[in-house]
Amino acid sequence: MVFQEELIKDLEKKANIIRRYIIEMISNAEGGHIGGALSITDIMAVLYFHILKIDPENPEWEDRDRVILSKGHASAAWYAALAERGYFPKEELLTFDHINSRLQGHPDMNKTPGVDMSSGSLGQGISVALGMALAARYLKKIYRTFVILGDGETQEGQIWEAAMVAANYSTDNLIAILDYNKLQLYGETNTIMNIEPVIEKWRVFGWNTIEINGHRINEIVQALEEAVKFEGKPTIIIAHTIKGKGVSFMENKVEWHSLAPTKEQAKQALKELGYSNEKGF
Amino acid sequence: MKNKLIATRNAFGEALVELAKERNDIVVLDADVASSTKTSIFKEAFPDRFFEMGIAEQNMMGVAAGMASTKKIIPFTVTFAVFATKRACDQISISIAYPKLNVKVVGSYGGIPTGKAGATHQAFEDIAIMRTMPNMTIIVPADAVEMKHAVRACVEYNGPVYLRCIRCETPVIFDENYKFEWNKGVTLRDGKDITIVSTGIMTSKALVATNILTEQGIDVQLIHLHTIKPIDKEILLRASKQTRHIVTVENHSIIGGLGGAVAEVLSEGAPALIKRIGIKDIFGESGSDEDLFNKYGLTSENIVKEVKEIIKKKTNKFYNF
Repeated sequence: MVFQEELIKDLEKKANIIRRYIIEMISNAEGGHIGGALSITDIMAVLYFHILKIDPENPEWEDRDRVILSKGHASAAWYAALAERGYFPKEELLTFDHINSRLQGHPDMNKTPGVDMSSGSLGQGISVALGMALAARYLKKIYRTFVILGDGETQEGQIWEAAMVAANYSTDNLIAILDYNKLQLYGETNTIMNIEPVIEKWRVFGWNTIEINGHRINEIVQALEEAVKFEGKPTIIIAHTIKGKGVSFMENKVEWHSLAPTKEQAKQALKELGYSNEKGF
Repeated sequence: MKNKLIATRNAFGEALVELAKERNDIVVLDADVASSTKTSIFKEAFPDRFFEMGIAEQNMMGVAAGMASTKKIIPFTVTFAVFATKRACDQISISIAYPKLNVKVVGSYGGIPTGKAGATHQAFEDIAIMRTMPNMTIIVPADAVEMKHAVRACVEYNGPVYLRCIRCETPVIFDENYKFEWNKGVTLRDGKDITIVSTGIMTSKALVATNILTEQGIDVQLIHLHTIKPIDKEILLRASKQTRHIVTVENHSIIGGLGGAVAEVLSEGAPALIKRIGIKDIFGESGSDEDLFNKYGLTSENIVKEVKEIIKKKTNKFYNF
């Protein structure tokens, strides 16, 4: 299993790079949703550097795997992963959230290479992902569609409309990943509006469910590999995560939902990630 | 002359089947109302290309967006106009219009006729709502012939379209020589006293009114706008400069629909006195289509009456507009 160990180590490194970019871009932009971007970083790393069949040289490749960030406010994590994967120059990350940038606060498919769908109004991404999955079947294509959901987002009724329809059509080429970081804008998810029991809900809606620690790379790898092979039902990976993961003073703190770190805080955060002596991108 | 009567919803269903025989990229999504929207005709012909989405309009719009994102499928999402444009408004806006995806949103049961279902099913605001969405084209055909042309034009156009269908049977006013021009208004009669601008099924009633008025010596110009957005500014500005007096007629609220759109264009380009005939900022009610059209003044008789009132003003020597 030496190979597997090396893979895990590589993916951990990628996740760390993505975290660094997130902090630098949000700090530079003086805006953005840092907490929920840091909680999906490990998932993004595994998707973009291990699972996805994609071609950064040809973002429109019709047989590519699709990704939708239904919790569009975590866009910084997506842009960081896309830049690291080679979709656009890393320097461009510094334009995030600025006027005339291709990197909008919420993802825009017509502006950013690699972004397969615009999002920002919660609850909508899963329906679009379902449409892509149904289209693959109709067009006899083998691409897979991955959609990343926020936990607070599942309070939207549309999520459950889509969950019902996906099960009805047995779209096993659709894989949802729930970023269960237990915090939303105004407080603890299950205090704002209890979404538990999560696993049981998805199961009775007819989905295959896999529960993992969303920061253990080996668990993410295994879950995604299992999910793409699963037949007959759509799969949801319920990933237990930590909002603000990787930065001690941001972890599990509700205020870091959409707070931009000051230069000093960013420096401290980067130091924790091991980037104390480096400059920018 | 007695016109043939056909509901535009039927013409829509038939047009879809005709087109689907020619090309395999057309699919239909419907929210449990296929027998009412007439996509049932499509389902029978192409069961594998019909996607039942259940009573869940918001999801339906997103699914269509995902399909369209492949650029190899042209989805038609079909349900009642009220549910499409109000319940799934944000989904049409964010998942379809904003990314400019090639989805055709079809609002069946436009305006008054709903088979006595009443206020909850009567779409009086759908055109107004869709008009505010960037990237959206809005087409409201007058009759079965124009509907068939419109469906084909929608498919040939790459981008989001809102297409409005009507439940009740309406007179067929166009013949086989009719040519549908994308985004262009249709002058049905030239005249210099007053202009009637109508859309959808009200054009057949406006045509009857125009004939009555012409016989009485009033030189009416009649313009039919099958496309409310983008609106044919040229035809409106020219008519306004010619007649300075406009009556708009629509099976929709006078707020934000055809009347609103015409007023916006003319007030900035060639001001006219505008009388808007349509639903006057109220919710609807149950009743036979005929009773409702009568009660809300969506009749040829009322168009005649409103035009004459303006003409009376115009011939008063103290009137100066």
